[in-house]
Amino acid sequence: MSKRRFVMEFERPLVELEEKLLELRRIDAAALTPELAMEIDTLAAEVDRLHASLYRDLGPWEKVQIARHPDRPKTQDYVDALFEDVIELHGDRAFGDDEAMFAGLGTIAGRKAVVLGHRKGKDIKENIRRNFGQVHPEGFRKARRAMALAGRFGLPVVSFLDTAGAFPGIEAEERGQAWAIAECLATLSDLPVPVVVVGIGEGGSGGALAIGFGDRLIMLENAYYSVISPEMCAVILHKDAAKAAEAAGCLSLTAADLARLDLADEVLPEPVGGAHRDPAQVIEAVGVAVGGALDALATTPADRLVAERYARLRRIGHVVGESGTTGT
Amino acid sequence: MPISEWFKAREDRRYTSLDPSAPKTDVPDGVWEKCPSCKHIVYAGDLEHTDGVCPHCGHHFELTAPERVGTLADEDSFAEMDADLISGDPLSFTAAKPYTVSVATARESSGLSEAIVTGRATLGGHPVVLGVMDFRFIGASMGSVVGEKVARAFEVALAERRAVIMVTASGGARMQEGMLSLMQMAKTAAAAERLASAALPYIVVLANNTYGGVTASFATLGDVVLAEPGAMVGFAGPRLVEQATKLSLPKGFQTAESLVEHGMVDAVVPRAELRETLTALLGYLTLGGAS
Repeated sequence: MSKRRFVMEFERPLVELEEKLLELRRIDAAALTPELAMEIDTLAAEVDRLHASLYRDLGPWEKVQIARHPDRPKTQDYVDALFEDVIELHGDRAFGDDEAMFAGLGTIAGRKAVVLGHRKGKDIKENIRRNFGQVHPEGFRKARRAMALAGRFGLPVVSFLDTAGAFPGIEAEERGQAWAIAECLATLSDLPVPVVVVGIGEGGSGGALAIGFGDRLIMLENAYYSVISPEMCAVILHKDAAKAAEAAGCLSLTAADLARLDLADEVLPEPVGGAHRDPAQVIEAVGVAVGGALDALATTPADRLVAERYARLRRIGHVVGESGTTGT
Repeated sequence: MPISEWFKAREDRRYTSLDPSAPKTDVPDGVWEKCPSCKHIVYAGDLEHTDGVCPHCGHHFELTAPERVGTLADEDSFAEMDADLISGDPLSFTAAKPYTVSVATARESSGLSEAIVTGRATLGGHPVVLGVMDFRFIGASMGSVVGEKVARAFEVALAERRAVIMVTASGGARMQEGMLSLMQMAKTAAAAERLASAALPYIVVLANNTYGGVTASFATLGDVVLAEPGAMVGFAGPRLVEQATKLSLPKGFQTAESLVEHGMVDAVVPRAELRETLTALLGYLTLGGAS
């Protein structure tokens, strides 16, 4: 293997066993004692057993690690594979172009659309250019410009979420990070075209939400969407980022949690171990789901679309009290 | 007096200060406040007369929601709405301490049902819906109830053609309600957008410590955005920015004054002039839409 395999924290016991097994198997056949051969067989069985159980019933923290896996298919992979005649649009017309945000025009299964998405890089070099997918205000303003374009020309919006969060930098703050996100939320809320959102990896807080709600929310099985990162939640609760696993369990951030809370409409299964094990299969499934959602929404008149989106948002929340509505 | 005597007088004076070992309980809590800006000890009675502004340096102390309503609404005009809305515990959030305990404690110590108080009022004679956040209630974080009350405030204003005034202070989205809290950002922004589409005015007053999900939703969508002197406002908190960037922060970072410099806020308005300024703004902004 030319590229060193990326090992997620929870995979380590399995990988260590696999390496030990590989080492034993390298032993010369002549030097192989019956005892050693038996040990190899035992170890191989243990590896098989662990492999079968490790990826079953993954916990929230394991899912977060899979969502962050560097080989996981990214916005660019979905755009390249699912959209034809793509024209990327650059810049916010005020400050600059943010390479952590994709905005463009593309055709998916014969349907013209505006495409948005957070953009992580494939390697360190690209990640530095793309600021590891952490968007600055100009990125959100570019997205908002593309949303407005979609609204004016009747193009549906397809949005891919994959960010740890909006960038918490000095200049980002000075240029109005909060303002830029709020403006995206307001614009998305009454956009008179269908908005289909796909959680493909990380859904980090306000930076994800800025392009992250609409008429349909499709989540990959191991994607997450959270009000706060598990690490930061752990720091606030326990003053200890190492307790992120525990925090992840409290935040109800997995795709299954979102479906349970009635926030996600569809959860797409991933191959055993995560989307990076078979990207083509996952990308194809996302294409089918997005196509289906766009088809279902295509005939809804614009005013009903906006009214239903508002009603959908208004239902969200858990309120107790006489004038309140009890529910999720 | 010779100079040596003068020094002696100073020595004596040192012993006139309070004995630090003396029990502090004979000074009733809340009678004296230490100004965090000029360090003067201020008599709380004086702060009542100045609406929580330090008479020595002009520092703006945080106001509770009832105090703030008192400084803004026309006398006896405020009628609270949705006071019976209470937070549940949708995620059974139990890390560190159970969420239900945090809410119960906050309710008891603040006397409020949640972190925002909303109601119909008149301000300088203008019909408004007024919303005021209270930092004492779990850092005025926005969970389902805050989001619901904000959305209803905009909806009542829309139905009755009133202006909306929001005085914000918040640590951000309430993490104990997870994604339900995050989605309140979209919900409140959507409600604000509907008011804007109806050409009804929305004015925000950013008070000290407005951060995260509140800043990144309804708090920055005002037709006019004002801020109190010295108020700290941003998306990510200063400590997080410092940690993430490993840079030292520029002087005045995220203060109301620097936000005006960077074009994010219309004006910094001292508390003593706030009512007057809001009345004047409403006078301009209601002309086109509401009449």
